[in-house]
Amino acid sequence: MSKTLFINARLIDPEAQTDAMGALLVEDGRIAAVYGETHPDITGPAIVDCQGQCLAPGIVDIGVKVSEPGERHKESFRSAGRAAIAGGVTTIVTRPDTRPAIDTPETLEYLRRRATDDAGINVLHMAALTKGREGREMTEIGFLQDAGAVAFSDADRVVSDTKVISRALTYAASLNALVIGHVQEPILSKGAAVTSGKFASLRGLPGVSPMAERMGIDRDIALLEMTGAAYHIDQITTARALPPLERAKANGLNITAGVGIHHLTLNELDVADYRTFFKLKPPLRSETDRLAVVEAVASGLIDVICSMHTPQDEESKRLPYQEAASGAVGLQTLLPAALRLYHEDQLTLPQLFRAMALNQML
Amino acid sequence: MSFRARHLLAIEHLKPDEITTLLDLADRYATDNRNGIAHKDVLAGMTQINMFFENSTRTQASFELAGQRLGADVMNMAMQTSSVKKGETLIDTALTLNAMHPDLLVVRHPSSGAVDLLAQKVNCAVLNAGDGAHEHPTQALLDALTIRRAKGRLHRLSVAICGDIAHSRVARSNIMLLGKMENRVRLIGPPTLMPSQIDQFGVEVFGDMKEGLKDVDVVMMLRLQKERMDGGFIPSEREYFHRFGLDAEKLSHAKPDAIVMHPGPMNRGVEIDGTIADDINRSVIQTQVEMGVAVRMAAMDLLARNLRLSRQTAKETYA
Repeated sequence: MSKTLFINARLIDPEAQTDAMGALLVEDGRIAAVYGETHPDITGPAIVDCQGQCLAPGIVDIGVKVSEPGERHKESFRSAGRAAIAGGVTTIVTRPDTRPAIDTPETLEYLRRRATDDAGINVLHMAALTKGREGREMTEIGFLQDAGAVAFSDADRVVSDTKVISRALTYAASLNALVIGHVQEPILSKGAAVTSGKFASLRGLPGVSPMAERMGIDRDIALLEMTGAAYHIDQITTARALPPLERAKANGLNITAGVGIHHLTLNELDVADYRTFFKLKPPLRSETDRLAVVEAVASGLIDVICSMHTPQDEESKRLPYQEAASGAVGLQTLLPAALRLYHEDQLTLPQLFRAMALNQML
Repeated sequence: MSFRARHLLAIEHLKPDEITTLLDLADRYATDNRNGIAHKDVLAGMTQINMFFENSTRTQASFELAGQRLGADVMNMAMQTSSVKKGETLIDTALTLNAMHPDLLVVRHPSSGAVDLLAQKVNCAVLNAGDGAHEHPTQALLDALTIRRAKGRLHRLSVAICGDIAHSRVARSNIMLLGKMENRVRLIGPPTLMPSQIDQFGVEVFGDMKEGLKDVDVVMMLRLQKERMDGGFIPSEREYFHRFGLDAEKLSHAKPDAIVMHPGPMNRGVEIDGTIADDINRSVIQTQVEMGVAVRMAAMDLLARNLRLSRQTAKETYA
């Protein structure tokens, strides 16, 4: 039996919400015991002296876009795996918004082999909620679950047909399948490149009101009351969407919410003179919204921080702002960017790791 | 000389003294143009390329004439029918043109920010001839020169900009310029055609023409695009003209000597009554066109001077 004892470690425990010096015993790759500053004599372990540095759980990043199948030049399992390791991410959950979409058990099985062969980290997969992510017919949720899908999502597309989405949620609920949704009123936000407001007006770019996110969450909460499905919101980016989320949780709905690291650390002004690498979906918001969302992570109202890793190539980004593709990478920079929130005293380390490593254990 | 810019991309980046320098030079060119005094030596040996990714007759003609009056070799690229249609990206088009070593590049593009992007990739001076709903700096400069000539000054005036502010690059550039030169700017139009949080730009916003036009020195009308007239942003053309079209009655609320401007092309009977547009005592619309050539001559002259200077410096540095 192999044993390793990590001593003089600053242990970040997201479950107990503690941040204290101590030691940690690992046996055969599993945590066997956690000690305070003093630890009993243990025979024969390898000792690792952490010299006061942080020891925290590996990050679980949900909603990572690996561009397989279809666009391997943007990101492959191999490159994503290496970026994850460099960023302290040990598990990723991949998104189904690939080309083609991951909407059949056959595609999913193929991808699981690709991930096992190339990624070098733990990879879990989401599958599409509707065929081709077209919002018309639900996918084979049962078969996809058998093939290993851990959640169902049409990624950044909203299923606008309420009959389709209500049936998909009802069906998913019967299989205890988690559905991940993007809350956005799709018609109001159509064509938008930035968040509406002074900056959008100054740059002459079409904006979307933060109210579109609020409308999206209101609709989805009503659907959850109707269907009882388990539901996770991929990204909450505005202050306006927080009160409905809080009410839905208080009412006992099976709902959780996430936020991407970009919306926690950047605001609309970072777009500056049309920097397309900050073009995201939903767009970067006002500073007021950013601070409200950071506070919601601290309070635990928002459960999960993820990278919303969306790799794009030069050809998709070196275009006029309105024509450029949305999305930015974040797998490698998730942790360093999140630590900025710690150093600015906005979040504690246990709060950060609660949102990055604990709450997403689906 | 206090005009140091390499490109003319936006009024936002200009300082008040740069604007004054440019207008002073344009004023001289305007007078010389009237008196038939030629300046063929100013841009002699320089190449000006006009790239219009969006249809324009008057702006393109104005830039072309300005370049020719200063002696530049002027070439018009018909971007509507060119390789852009074949899928070439803006950056590739820019690099291709750059390889031909132009000195001045005049660009109009339907996307906001596209001219900025292009300017990053070329070695010549770039003039923004309008990008999306962002800016149209030479239009604001020619409006400023027209106002200065009519009113004798370009500060402490009350200027009303009326109509489709939301989609207008002309409005944005004018708000910037008039604000920088310390004028009071009022915006008048239906709320569906106002950009969000526009009240934070140091302007007053009105939804009623009579209130908004009260005692203003300058009335600046904007063109309402045909595709926005029916139902989408406003109920109908006739309701728009009734509420926001400039007629004698509404104009009577402005100062008795207020001037009327329009960037053209006009929709008579939609945003402006024909008799007002033609009233030589009030309308300065033809003067705007005349000042357009002079302002563009001045802008290209100043940018060419800076371009020569930077090339000279580069030569000395690497000699």
